[in-house]
Amino acid sequence: MADLSANFLGIKSPNPYWLASAPPTDKQYNVLRAFEAGWGGVVWKTLGSQIKNVSSRYSSVNYNGNRMMGFNNIELISDRPLDINLREIAECVRLFPDRAMVVSLMADNSREKWHELIAQVEDTGAHGLELNFGCPHGMTERGMGAAVGQDPDIARMVVEWVMEKATIPVITKLTPNVHSVVPSGRASVEGGTNGLSLINTIQSITGVDLDTLVPNPYVAGKSVFGGYCGPAVKPVALKMLTTLSQDPVTSRVPISGIGGISTWKDAAEFMLLGATTVQVCTAVMKHGFRIIEDLCEGLSNWMDDKGFQTTDDFIGKSVPTITHWEDLDINYHIVAHINPDKCIRCGLCYIACEDASHQSINLAYGKPYNTYSIIEDKCVGCNLCKLVCPVDNCITMVEQRKGDDYLNWKEFQRRGLPLNDH
Amino acid sequence: MAIVNNRLTAEQYEANFSDIHPPFETRNAALVEANRCLFCYDAPCVKSCPTSIDIPKFIRQITTDNLKGSAHTIFSANIMGGGCSKVCPVEKLCEGSCVYTLMDEPPIPIAKLQRLSTEKAIAEKWPLFQRKPSQNKNVAVVGAGPAGLSCAHTLSREGIDVTVFEKESKGGGLMTYGIAAYKVTPQFCEDEVNFITSLGGIVIQYNQELGKTVSLSDLQQNYDAVYLSVGVGLARQLDIPGENLRGVEDAIRFIYDIRTSGFPSIPVGDRVAVIGLGMTAIDAATQAKRLGASEVTIIYRRTQDEMPCTEVELDLAKLDGCRIVWLAAPQEIVGQNGQVTQLICNRMRLGEPDASGRRSPVETGETITLDVDMVIKAAGQMPFEELVSINQLENRKGKITIDGACSTNLNGVFAGGDCVNGGKEVVDAVQAGKDGAKAILAFLK
Repeated sequence: MADLSANFLGIKSPNPYWLASAPPTDKQYNVLRAFEAGWGGVVWKTLGSQIKNVSSRYSSVNYNGNRMMGFNNIELISDRPLDINLREIAECVRLFPDRAMVVSLMADNSREKWHELIAQVEDTGAHGLELNFGCPHGMTERGMGAAVGQDPDIARMVVEWVMEKATIPVITKLTPNVHSVVPSGRASVEGGTNGLSLINTIQSITGVDLDTLVPNPYVAGKSVFGGYCGPAVKPVALKMLTTLSQDPVTSRVPISGIGGISTWKDAAEFMLLGATTVQVCTAVMKHGFRIIEDLCEGLSNWMDDKGFQTTDDFIGKSVPTITHWEDLDINYHIVAHINPDKCIRCGLCYIACEDASHQSINLAYGKPYNTYSIIEDKCVGCNLCKLVCPVDNCITMVEQRKGDDYLNWKEFQRRGLPLNDH
Repeated sequence: MAIVNNRLTAEQYEANFSDIHPPFETRNAALVEANRCLFCYDAPCVKSCPTSIDIPKFIRQITTDNLKGSAHTIFSANIMGGGCSKVCPVEKLCEGSCVYTLMDEPPIPIAKLQRLSTEKAIAEKWPLFQRKPSQNKNVAVVGAGPAGLSCAHTLSREGIDVTVFEKESKGGGLMTYGIAAYKVTPQFCEDEVNFITSLGGIVIQYNQELGKTVSLSDLQQNYDAVYLSVGVGLARQLDIPGENLRGVEDAIRFIYDIRTSGFPSIPVGDRVAVIGLGMTAIDAATQAKRLGASEVTIIYRRTQDEMPCTEVELDLAKLDGCRIVWLAAPQEIVGQNGQVTQLICNRMRLGEPDASGRRSPVETGETITLDVDMVIKAAGQMPFEELVSINQLENRKGKITIDGACSTNLNGVFAGGDCVNGGKEVVDAVQAGKDGAKAILAFLK
């Protein structure tokens, strides 16, 4: 049995799954139930000055019958009184001392306010702090949240204020609403943060109601940009995570990965690209705390299959395989192959290749079933046919190298090799 | 034993004749299935539909909440797409070739999805088509069945004025008069006909029968072209002793009566034998059972491998409690006091393949005797040979001969549907009507 336990800056949890700062972590009732279900830790929903929420708050993107492929919210930080939150945090720590308790913070823009809040939170016995530099709505208009995270100088300054006071580990949560997360990430590390987490939600409009003509979510005839999350944002999050893992400054601190994690596979991918722990929210908002069981069992079985005994054995393992485009091997060439025994004659590969790629699939007419085959010398190995094929392993990509040696684009140009003649 | 009507309570009749293929109850239920559709290219289901409905397109339109577009896609190819969604033997057509079957997965319920769009369109009377301006041309269509209505609609869309002559008092042909009531209700058939004629430019004259109240020569004189879609109608006779006894009925008449009178008024025997195993035989056998017959036995001279009905239909009969006697051919119907009491059948075995490629039944010399009080003949329908011959129409045993352009030997007289092919599915007749209309449009130019 693989050991799933995580150690993030000394914050220990029996597994790497934390609940992200969000509605599921805003009160003792939820958090205790999450811990009973088996969650490794929580990041308590952001504490700060008093706010008031609106109704409605969420909207989603559905795709081909799947609901909440993407999800957005216009909810603000915790709208519960600070003293109640602090009392409940302390109680949760007391009842579940083996679970990670990190508290998300967003103080008003002054050193004193941050120091005051940190002192109050540390009194609860919480294990760590997460600085919310990412909230994309509501708080930004007041110069908080993403407004801090989007400006590296402000981020550095606020981290410095925090580090003057904090005695427990500090994680800075970055906003994705920037052209690159690296400048803010570096500034935060230079300011002294102990760790980073990302991504917060992405500014979004999930859609427009075609009856009312008002975008979602609807609030009395109006809407605002919301924060986008859920499975749809995972690829964006993975890319941003990887840029932190590759950077010599930001890679010095551990990272907690966030963004569309719904399954153990998602978690493994985040960890392979450098996350020490992962945070989950949308999947729980859709399915409840019970998903923790398969998150743990699936990861454990995969680790056993791969021979990984601890999560440290694979954290960051895929980072070196992300390279620059110009270093890719041009001599590597693959062509598609259709297994006629598995083919169900749907024609999806044919029409995709015909209309959108390189016209390299042959259609032999049949009534009612056509037969499809690859025209190998026209196939560029783009993967499109394999991606659209509804049958697993029906289309496989077979390696047919163009040359034995490694050849990259710079070398290709240096040798003056010819471009395609079609 | 006796043939009597009014065997069941009102509730029993209602339950027995309720819709056998209920529609999706909710939009969500339909979307689960619609979203399974892979949106195949050059899709096998389309190629397996005689009218070539663009099935992937209409299903995709359901998923995008474009139900009007979906109905338009269906009706553009098949104006009886509503009725076809209820009566087509889809297991051997579109659904039978769905690519999911190659994965041994259930096919997309195409008929049920088609029903969703078309029923809504018909119920809400969506004006999906517009006529082109009138071309001042008149065409007479004989027979308001699927072929005739399909031809009339196609012509009218192109601005041709159409008069349809129908011998019955309602349109729809076999859809209205010849199909089991639990598949399609008389009310739906009427709504479907009204939906088709709502386009305008189509006038149906009811109770007008070719050779009786209308003559072909008059039609030729008064119209720019004539389309014959008179169907088939006469039940094939068994030509065995006892065929005239009381209690011997032909399936077409039996089903016609069920369709035109209330269920309680239809008399049925205690022990019923049905001769034949086509779709009509199944419709007769199941409905005899559903009218309250205690025993229904289907007699078929070949085996399950050669049967003309589909497996689905056979299962339907079996689930209704009908018994099948394979390899038996009727030899004599025995009676007492003019009323059927027994059916004597020859035991058959399979011999060499015949012209249809199916192995021919050969008598073994053994017989079996069934005690029955009613015999329903469903051994096929005969074309109107006399009507066709009197009008000097070239024909093969009553089936009108047409050329590649749907034209008969008479100039300006076209034909299609069952009266040409001897009897196929509704969907085949709809396509025949489209083909006929195309030929007539070319002729009128």
